[in-house]
Amino acid sequence: MARAAIIKKEPNTIVIRPTKGWMALNLYDLWLYRELIYFMTWRDLKVRYKQTALGVSWAVIQPFMNMVVFSIFFGGLAHIQTDNGIPYPIFSFVALLPWTLFTNALNNASRSLVNHQNMITKIYFPKLVLPLASVLSGLVDFLIAFVVLIGIALYYNLTGQAHITITAALWTLIPFLLMTMMTALGIALWLSALYVQYRDVGYILPFLSDILKFVSPVVYSTTMIPAKWQMIYALNPMAGVINGFRWAILGTPTGPDTRLIISAVVALVILVSGMIYFRRMERTFADTI
Amino acid sequence: MKPVILVENLGKRYRIGLVPQRYHTLSENISQALSRPFRQAGAMIRRSVGQDVLQPGEEYIWALQDINFEVQHGQVLGIIGRNGAGKSTLLKILSRITEPTTGSVTIRGRVGSLLEVGTGFHPELTGRENIFLNGAILGMRNAEIERKFDEIVAFSEVEQFIDTPVKRYSSGMYLRLAFAVAAHLEPEILVVDEVLAVGDAEFQKKCLGKMGDVAREGRTVLFVSHNMSAVLRLTQESIVLEKGKLVLIAPSSEAVDYYLSAGNSKAGERIWDADEVPTDATPFRPIALRLRDQKGGVVDIIRSVEPFTIEMEYSLSAPLTGLRIGIYLSTARGEYVLTSFDTDDEHHFENHSSRPAGHYVSRCTIPADFLNSGRYTLGVNASSYRVRRYFMDEQVLSFNVNTSGAPGMQWAEPRPGVLRPRLEWKIEPK
Repeated sequence: MARAAIIKKEPNTIVIRPTKGWMALNLYDLWLYRELIYFMTWRDLKVRYKQTALGVSWAVIQPFMNMVVFSIFFGGLAHIQTDNGIPYPIFSFVALLPWTLFTNALNNASRSLVNHQNMITKIYFPKLVLPLASVLSGLVDFLIAFVVLIGIALYYNLTGQAHITITAALWTLIPFLLMTMMTALGIALWLSALYVQYRDVGYILPFLSDILKFVSPVVYSTTMIPAKWQMIYALNPMAGVINGFRWAILGTPTGPDTRLIISAVVALVILVSGMIYFRRMERTFADTI
Repeated sequence: MKPVILVENLGKRYRIGLVPQRYHTLSENISQALSRPFRQAGAMIRRSVGQDVLQPGEEYIWALQDINFEVQHGQVLGIIGRNGAGKSTLLKILSRITEPTTGSVTIRGRVGSLLEVGTGFHPELTGRENIFLNGAILGMRNAEIERKFDEIVAFSEVEQFIDTPVKRYSSGMYLRLAFAVAAHLEPEILVVDEVLAVGDAEFQKKCLGKMGDVAREGRTVLFVSHNMSAVLRLTQESIVLEKGKLVLIAPSSEAVDYYLSAGNSKAGERIWDADEVPTDATPFRPIALRLRDQKGGVVDIIRSVEPFTIEMEYSLSAPLTGLRIGIYLSTARGEYVLTSFDTDDEHHFENHSSRPAGHYVSRCTIPADFLNSGRYTLGVNASSYRVRRYFMDEQVLSFNVNTSGAPGMQWAEPRPGVLRPRLEWKIEPK
């Protein structure tokens, strides 16, 4: 489309013609629209908690309530073992932080195109802006929930039930966070583009979230997976992320190793393939949505 | 100088879904039904990687085909054509919303459009927040919006409510604000689709006013309209689209004439095909508008010294209350001569307050010695006052008035004025 064929020699000149085959990702166009990414993220945030009584507290309540429920059923009734005897609530909360970010980003970004139909059918902009902004706006919720994690950690330290210390490993949270967003965005790019044509995706999303939750070590520890399955288990990028979070914050024994590299490569493959597919489908969004 | 817009061999094809097929035997039927999910899944997979898949029975339609034209800097170009002629598709391609199937368009400059008014507005956000958001969506830089912010607010006349969520705005305020942002985009090329324009007459006037300003500033305007008088007033040159093809590029007066006389109609008559009537007109369905002379023949040249009849034929698929059929008579330059409704008369108003479903003709006679020589245009309107407008077309037919035999014809000079009545004069010494 036009963006694939912006001619540089004359300023402001655009040539619109049909694209043939697989087109370039044309991230330059996305760069030109960087302010729109910012505004759409900001709008998502502004609108999300408007006319809610509890407002931004929902960013905390969601993972917190999950933690309570998991602690009662998985920690209490099912007696799931944590690493190093870490109390189950904080063990699960550390996993719920990236998980909540992931699942919200995945859901919102996958629905972003269909939710903004009128924008797509009325004006031109790089459509990648929409899922990208949905993923970014989840980051703020993550930061708020992270503050609560500090509170929970302080509580366990003060009551002597656990010793959570600040280590140099904490900086690794940044690449883990990136990996979470890459994975969520990658899957969402596939799903959002499919959603434009097939509304079935709307029904698949809740299942997908549930299934992914149980194949990721949210309620249990990676060490419960038999050794022979570990490499296959690592194909799930969120397994690497959650394991990494526990290692960085709680000091669980399984630090980054080959399995993390596998997870990272898979995340990258999902993202790049998602972008290519999205770009490929983008030209027909306005006609099929 | 290079054209601002250069359109070459442009075409756009749409898939129009499956046309039902007929299977002849039961076994064929069953085998078709059984294999259908598999064929569909195959097509779905191929389509989901962006391939055009033509299933048996599926049809394409060329919404646009072989379109070639260019627009020079500062030109105001009209685009006219009936519903479904491809006008909107053309605009969508020019504003990069959808991609052409063939050909190319070269555009020099930023394209702004008054059809995207309010896109991305969020009801929960305040007027101020929406200005920034909408500006960004339309492609303005943040600094640019900040610079124009006060101007936009002043133009929108909603200063007092600028920090109120727009969901509390009246629809008029909402439109004004949305329009204010779009109007300050200052594109090099402005696209106005009057067909899609929303809002009341006042607002539409504002749109057209803005468009006039833009044109006077020497920027390029593409104007799509069904309103031929606006086209004549605002544009010098127009293109006419017919079923996706460009049939004429000409000075606007010529293009409008062509448009009005084209189609399934002969001189002095306009017949509406079923597919030309917008679906939202239901239950009203226009059938034909005719111009008849004194002897009852369908004509497009009227003698001013004889009365003539305007005849609107239509049908109702359901009973309607308060329906009135109106005619607009205007000069070729777009000035109104008169507007009249079939239930203007009090008796008619009472006797025809509701009309059962059926086939109707509303007729009106224009008296002799009424119009001056020249070219006139007829329009129709079918509405229920303050309830709904079912159908309106201000430019249905054109006709000429010949004044031979009219008063004053002993002098061959042209007479200014729309009317040519036979007035009573008295000349007496005083």
